[in-house]
Amino acid sequence: MTTLIVILGVALVLVILYLIFKISNLVSIARAKTSVDDVDSSNGIHALLFIIFMVVGFTGFFWYSFAHFNSYTLPIASEHGAWTDTLFWITMGVTVVAFTIISIIKFVFIYQYQYKEGRKAKFYPDNHFLELTWTIVPALVLTVLVFTGLKAWNDITSPASENAEVIEVIGQQFAWTVRYPGKDNTLGDVHYQKIDAINEFGLDLTDNKSFDDFKSLELHIPKGKEVLLKIRAKDVLHSVFLPHFRVKMDAVPGMPTQFKFIATKTTAEMRDELSNPEFNYELACTEICGKGHFSMKMNVVVDTPEDFEKWKAEQESWLKQNPDYLKNVPAGLRESAILKAGIPEEAGVTYLEGVKAAGVGLN
Amino acid sequence: MATTHTHTNIDTHHHDDHDHEHHEGNFWTNYIFCQDHKVIAKQFLITGIFWALFGGILSVIFRLQLGFPEMSLEWLRPLLGGWITPEGKIDAEFYLALVTMHGTIMVFFVLTAGLSGTFSNFLIPLQIGARDMASGFMNMLSYWFFFLSSVVMLSSFFIETGPASGGWTVYPPLSALPQAMHGSGLGMTLWLVAMALFIVSSLLGGINYITTIINMRTRGMSFTRMPLTIWAFFFTAIIGVLSFPVLFAAALLLIFDRSFGTSFFLSDIYIGGEALANVGGSPILFQHLFWFLGHPEVYIVLLPALGISSEIIATNSRKPIFGYKAMIGSMLFIAILSFIVWAHHMFVTGMNPFLGSIFMLLTLIIAVPSAVKIFNYVTTLWKGNIRFTSAMLFSIGLVSFFLTGGITGIFLGNSAIDIQLHDTYFVVAHFHLVMGSASFFGMMAGVYHWFPKFFGRMMNEKLGYVHFWLTFVGVYMVFFPMHYIGIAGFPRRYYSWTNFETFEGFTDLNTLVSVAAILTLSAQFIFLFNFFYSIYRGRKASANPWKSTTLEWTTPRNPGHGNWPGEIPAVYRWPYDYSKPGAKDDFIPQTIPFSETQESNLPHENELIKLETSNGDGAIVVEGSKH
Repeated sequence: MTTLIVILGVALVLVILYLIFKISNLVSIARAKTSVDDVDSSNGIHALLFIIFMVVGFTGFFWYSFAHFNSYTLPIASEHGAWTDTLFWITMGVTVVAFTIISIIKFVFIYQYQYKEGRKAKFYPDNHFLELTWTIVPALVLTVLVFTGLKAWNDITSPASENAEVIEVIGQQFAWTVRYPGKDNTLGDVHYQKIDAINEFGLDLTDNKSFDDFKSLELHIPKGKEVLLKIRAKDVLHSVFLPHFRVKMDAVPGMPTQFKFIATKTTAEMRDELSNPEFNYELACTEICGKGHFSMKMNVVVDTPEDFEKWKAEQESWLKQNPDYLKNVPAGLRESAILKAGIPEEAGVTYLEGVKAAGVGLN
Repeated sequence: MATTHTHTNIDTHHHDDHDHEHHEGNFWTNYIFCQDHKVIAKQFLITGIFWALFGGILSVIFRLQLGFPEMSLEWLRPLLGGWITPEGKIDAEFYLALVTMHGTIMVFFVLTAGLSGTFSNFLIPLQIGARDMASGFMNMLSYWFFFLSSVVMLSSFFIETGPASGGWTVYPPLSALPQAMHGSGLGMTLWLVAMALFIVSSLLGGINYITTIINMRTRGMSFTRMPLTIWAFFFTAIIGVLSFPVLFAAALLLIFDRSFGTSFFLSDIYIGGEALANVGGSPILFQHLFWFLGHPEVYIVLLPALGISSEIIATNSRKPIFGYKAMIGSMLFIAILSFIVWAHHMFVTGMNPFLGSIFMLLTLIIAVPSAVKIFNYVTTLWKGNIRFTSAMLFSIGLVSFFLTGGITGIFLGNSAIDIQLHDTYFVVAHFHLVMGSASFFGMMAGVYHWFPKFFGRMMNEKLGYVHFWLTFVGVYMVFFPMHYIGIAGFPRRYYSWTNFETFEGFTDLNTLVSVAAILTLSAQFIFLFNFFYSIYRGRKASANPWKSTTLEWTTPRNPGHGNWPGEIPAVYRWPYDYSKPGAKDDFIPQTIPFSETQESNLPHENELIKLETSNGDGAIVVEGSKH
C-alpha cells in the first residue's frame, strides 16, 4: 500500500514538473518573438551565480579547513612522517595560493565580461611573453617541489641500518601475522610450499635461524629505534598501512618488499597527547584483497626500548609452541633447535625419544 | 537504440540528392548497420548515455552503504536479490563488484566510447570537411564491437557469482584466482572478454580517426587551420592506438594465467589451504602493463573534453582561443608525457624506489602543459563578451574541475607525499574531479553545443541551466569533502570503516557526500528528459545557432549522407576569427576567403589573398561553392 502511495506521489510530482516545463516553454516561445534571440535573459544571473558560488565555496573551504583541522589531520608518530607532512603542507600552501588566485581571476572575468549588447570582444589571439611566463613560473615552482620530494623519497627508501629491528609482516585473506627474528636477530628462511594450517609462516626448519622466530598477534615496535618491516603476502596483494607513521607498502606474493621507519611516540605518550586512554595505533590494508578487505586490522603497540626488549624476552618461539614440528628439523640440528627454541630440555628429550620410538620423521 | 529513429521526422534529408549518390536503404542499413559517421556517433552517444546512467546508479547504491551504514536496504532486494544480505545490507563482496564495475563502466564505456566515440565520429568529418570517415565499414564495426562488449559486460551482472570485483584495475593475483573471491570467477572472464572486444572497437575507431584527419581534410584545411577539437581527437586517437594494445597484452596474459596454467603474474601463492604450483611470475608486471594503458587512458578521456571546451569557450566568449599554437603544443606535450609517467600509480607497490624517483620527476613535468591550458582558458575569457549557453556553462565547469582536481595531482605525483595518500579518498577525490567530472562536463558541453547538428533541433536551455547548476554544485559537494576524508587516511574500496578506531569519524561528511551523489544523479534525469524530448519536440535549429566559424555549421540543418549537398566548401582561415577588428559580424566562418574581408584582414592575411585563386596554399576558390 505504501509503495503504491509513493509511486502515485512520484508520478504526480513528475506530471506537475512536466506541466511547469510545458508552460514555461510556451511562455519562452511567445517571448522569443519579441526579444533578440542571441542571448537569453538569464545571462546575467549565471554570471552572478558564479560569483556567489565562488564566495560560498571559498568560505566553506577555508572555514572547514581551519575549524575542523584536528578532525582531518592525524597526529604524526614517525620521523619521516614529520618530514613528508611538512612537504604536504608546503605543497598545500603553494597550491592553495595558486588555486585561489586563478579561481578568483576566472570567476571575476566570467562576471565582468558577461555579454553586453553592443560590446565587441577583444581580438587577442596570443601573447608570447605571457605564455612564456606561465610556462616558466610553474616549471620553477614544480622543480623546487620535485627536488625536496626527491630528497625525502630517497632518504625514506634508502637501505636500513645494520642494527635496525627487523620485523616481518605477512598479509593473507583477511588477517595480518607478524614474525619476529627472536634472539639471533635474524629471520629464518621461509618457503611458501611449507605453509600449512599450523606452520602459517611456511618456516623452513632446515634453517637454524628459524628456531627462535616467534609469532605475535600485535605489532610491537620500539620507540626511537629504526624498524625495518619486511613485508610479504601469501595469497593476493595486500598493503601495509600504518596511518600514524605515514607508512605504506604493498605486500606482494612472490616479491618481498620492505619499509623502514622510526617511531617517535609510544602508545602511552600518544594516549596522553590525545587525552584518549583508549587510543591504539592500527595497521590497515589499503590494497583491495577481497571480501574482508575492510576488516584487515592489527593493533600496533609502540613501547619504550626497555619495554620492547622485555616484551620480546617474554615471547615463546614458534617451535616451542609447536614442538610437533621438531620432526621436520634435520636430525643433526635437533639438539640446537631445542636449545634455540627454548624448549625445556626434559620435554625436548622426551619428545625426541617419542619420535624415535614411533620410527617416524627420521632423515 | 530506439532513439536513433529520429531521422524519420518528415522535415529531414529530402533535399540532398544533387551530386552524390543518395542511399535509400532500408531500416537496417539506415539505423542499425549504418556506415554514416553521424548515425554511428548517435549510436555511441545513446549507448554512452545508457552506461552513464547505469554507472551512476551503481555509485549511488554503494554510496548508500557508505553514507547510511545503518539503513536497511531491504527495498533493493527486488533489484539485487541475493546480493542483499538477510540483515538488509549490501553484501560486502557485491560492494566491491559495484565499485569495480562503476569504475570500468565510467572510464571505458562512458568516457572513452561515449565521449570519444561520439564526438570524434561526429565532428571529425564535419569539421575537417569530409564526406565521411576513411572507412565507413570499419567505423560501423567499431560501434558493433563496442555494442558486443557492452552486452558481455552487462551480462556479467546476471550470473550467479556476480561481475568482476577486484577493482577496475583488476590486479592479479586477486583477479586471477577464482578461489580468492566470487567475482574472480566467471565474472572476471566476462570482464576480460568484454575488454578485449572493447579494445578491438577502440582500435578500429582510432585508426579511422587518424587516417581521416591526415588524408581527408578539405581544400585549405591545413593542420594549422584545424579546430582544437580535431587536434584533441587526433592526439587522443594516437594515444589510444599506441596504448590499448598493451592492455590487450595484459588481458591476454591474464587469461592465460587464469585458464591455461601459466605464471606470468603469479608466484609463491598459498590460498584456500593449498600451495599453488605457479612460480616466477610477478604481479608488478601486470601493474606496469595495465598502467601503460591506464595512464594514457586518463588523457584519452580528458583530451577530447578539453578540445570540445576550447571550441565552446572561444565561440561563446566571442574571442579567438588564446594561444592556439600553445594549446596544440601543450596537448602534444601531454600526449607524449602521458606515456612516460605510468608508474606514478605504483610508488608503494614494491617497485624499485629509484624508478619511483624518475617517474615522480616526469609526472610533475606534466603539470606544466596542464597549467598552460588553464591559463589559456582564463585569458580567453578576458575581455570577451560571454554568452552563458548550457554548453558554455558546462565548459566553465570543466575548467573549474580541471583546476581543482589538477592541483591535487601535484601532491600525488610527489612520491614522498604519496606514501600517505596512496589508495585513500584523496586519490578518489583527485581523479573524479580532474578526469571523471571534467570529462563528463566536456561530454555534456558537447551534447548541448552540437545537439542542433545532431538532431536539427535545440535543447531546452532553461532545463540545461538547471541541469548545470545542480550538477556543478552537486559534483563539488560529492568530491570536495573527500579530500578531507583522504587526508585523514581513509582507505578507498572499504565497505565500512567501523573496524578501525583511526577511521571512525566523518560519518557526517560521508552522509553529505551520499546525499549530494543522490541529488547529482537525480539532476541527470532533467538532462535525459530534455535530451529525448528535444529530439522530437525541440525548437527547430537555425543553420548556425551559436554563430560559430567552423565547417559543420555550413551543412544543411539535417545533413544527409555525405554531409554537404554540393561540393565540400573550401577553407581559407583558422577557426577562431571571432570579433576581429573591422569585421561586420563578430565572427567570420572558415569558408570566407580573405579577399572578401579586406576590411578586417591582418597584413599577412592580405598576402594570402593572391594564393586563394591559385593552387598555392591548397586553397582554391571554386565556382559554385557556397561563397
